[in-house]
Amino acid sequence: MQSVLPSLFFYALATMILVSAVVTITRRNAVHSVIWLISTLLGIAGLFLHQHAEFLAAVQVIVYIGGITVLFLFVIMLVNLDEAAKKKQFAGQWKIVVICAGALLAELGFFIFKGAEGFYFAEPAGGSLQPNTQLIALALYRDYLLPFELASLLLLVAMIGAVVLAKKDLK
Amino acid sequence: MPPVPTAHYVFLSAALFTIGMIGVLTRRNVVIILISIELMLNAVNINLVAFSNLLQSVNGQAFAIFVIVDAAAEAAVGLGIVIALFRNKETIQADEIDLMKW
Amino acid sequence: MPTIPAAIEPFIWPFVYGAVILLVFPLLAGYIVLLERKVMADIQVRLGPMRVGPHGLLQPLADALKLLIKEDIIPTLSDKWIFWISPIISVVTALVAVFLIPMSDKLPVPDTNIGLLLVLSLTSVGILGIILGGWSSNSNYPLLGALRSTAQLVSYEIALSFALIGGLMLAGTLSLQGIVMAQKEQAIWFVFFQPVAFVIYFIAALAETNRAPFDMPEAESEIVAGYHTEFSGFRFALYFLAEYANIVIVCSIMTILFLGGWLRPFPNVAALEFLNFAPALVLLGLGGACLIGLDRKPSKPQKLGMIGLGGAFILAGLACLLPPVMEAVHGLFWFMLKVFMGVYTFIWIRFTLPRYRYDQLMNIGWRWLIPLAIANVIVTGIVMQREQIFAALGF
Repeated sequence: MQSVLPSLFFYALATMILVSAVVTITRRNAVHSVIWLISTLLGIAGLFLHQHAEFLAAVQVIVYIGGITVLFLFVIMLVNLDEAAKKKQFAGQWKIVVICAGALLAELGFFIFKGAEGFYFAEPAGGSLQPNTQLIALALYRDYLLPFELASLLLLVAMIGAVVLAKKDLK
Repeated sequence: MPPVPTAHYVFLSAALFTIGMIGVLTRRNVVIILISIELMLNAVNINLVAFSNLLQSVNGQAFAIFVIVDAAAEAAVGLGIVIALFRNKETIQADEIDLMKW
Repeated sequence: MPTIPAAIEPFIWPFVYGAVILLVFPLLAGYIVLLERKVMADIQVRLGPMRVGPHGLLQPLADALKLLIKEDIIPTLSDKWIFWISPIISVVTALVAVFLIPMSDKLPVPDTNIGLLLVLSLTSVGILGIILGGWSSNSNYPLLGALRSTAQLVSYEIALSFALIGGLMLAGTLSLQGIVMAQKEQAIWFVFFQPVAFVIYFIAALAETNRAPFDMPEAESEIVAGYHTEFSGFRFALYFLAEYANIVIVCSIMTILFLGGWLRPFPNVAALEFLNFAPALVLLGLGGACLIGLDRKPSKPQKLGMIGLGGAFILAGLACLLPPVMEAVHGLFWFMLKVFMGVYTFIWIRFTLPRYRYDQLMNIGWRWLIPLAIANVIVTGIVMQREQIFAALGF
């Protein structure tokens, strides 16, 4: 019971993520795409919870679902997509797609052939993930202070860029 | 030892990344291309968090936060470009935007 | 009595509590609507609903029945399944958030280490219900209302979160129960340390719940009813429920973070121990008030109804005098009282202040509240770390 439940949780979420992702990229209507994207993102947030990344799961939901997908919906509503929905949805590039899918299938085949033991990953370093929020705060504000400040600069630049791009006339 | 082997997470991440990449390469609608890029970024996050859990180190999660920041910046600028594009060209089909200069 | 398997046992009480919330909360929301109508009537020197039950006390039930048996209309050109799912998104996220709020330390509420963030993330998912509902109606006013509403909610969420950060810095934890315990340990409500954050939070909360003076998304004189114009009957009831649930949620978070949650006033002063009798006294007083005006009631059923109500209040009040019941109830009582005062202030403001214009709303949010909230966080940080800073400066 104790060992089956987590893996069941993982496989259910993985199925949800992959199915929603496939549906996301095949919808004709962009709003439907966004809704399936939300389903994918929720699944991923669930996986984060499963891996003791509670803070990240909450950030995923707040930033992605509360921020980014709402932005997508906003733009879809501002831009008239009815024309686009009637046209052909897919364009060329099928050769590269076949190569990508082939690489993925090869990986899957190798995976099934070798089993999970065929992959060697590093051993745990003996740290800890709890208390999650405090540790992330320490990592961000002490170990990665410079990248953190640069990320804030990136956000500022992106914000100004988005305003300039979307403004009607620059006077 | 986590109950689900980390290799499974890696495979899930690879599959999601491939789906996102197929979306970017084949769709004509620019908005859906941006959505597919979000899928790819999320695939990266799954990987980072899986290894963070395997190694019991919080660095992977901190890095995932940086990825989320990048995703937000990318979405803002990308959608700004979509609006500018629609205003000037009346289209958001990726392969109809083929003039370098107009 | 059969023994309960150890794997299920920890889930039973939260499950029961969730079921109780699911059953009781719609009723509570209905009575908040009644309260709103009564307060509105009082401010406008009217009586408000009086027909159904004594003083209109059964009006919520009548309203609910009316909404449930109405015809279910789905516009022909709407996007059917999004139209179907968006009220559900709103109401489910709101009710789950209500379930997560610890109204008393005695209730079996799951205490997570990201409690406050979890509630915030649920409300941010609830925004989707609004924007998708407005879009899927395929109609002008709902779309306008949805766009206004979303822009407003996303903008004010920033000010709201920064205001919360001020309180969280004092508490040092995100767990909702931990926040209340921190106020108990420091023997003070955080509103006294964070008055600026409290005011910013309150204003942002008004905007977050689409309440006047920030109710542009539903401004009936401009865009009919905003995002839910095309929704009728049961679907409309779901949106309505979600809206009132959101009011209760923001007031609860305010109570937990700034007003000491379920703690009574001055929780560390032993001389005020008698305040634990407050729930019993209030219930007895309510019962007395029901019974006093009896002979002025116009009809026999109304008189009987008042007697029943008064008797029930008095019995409940007497039950609260028993030590074990009092122990269990007084936390809940203080929490409910604080939330009720918050809700009352919301209603009071709605019928007192005129509506802002949309650009004024955005100006207030971006130019005043957000910079002020950030400044508040910085000042709080400096004050909390003053010793290190003084040491670094060489004082």
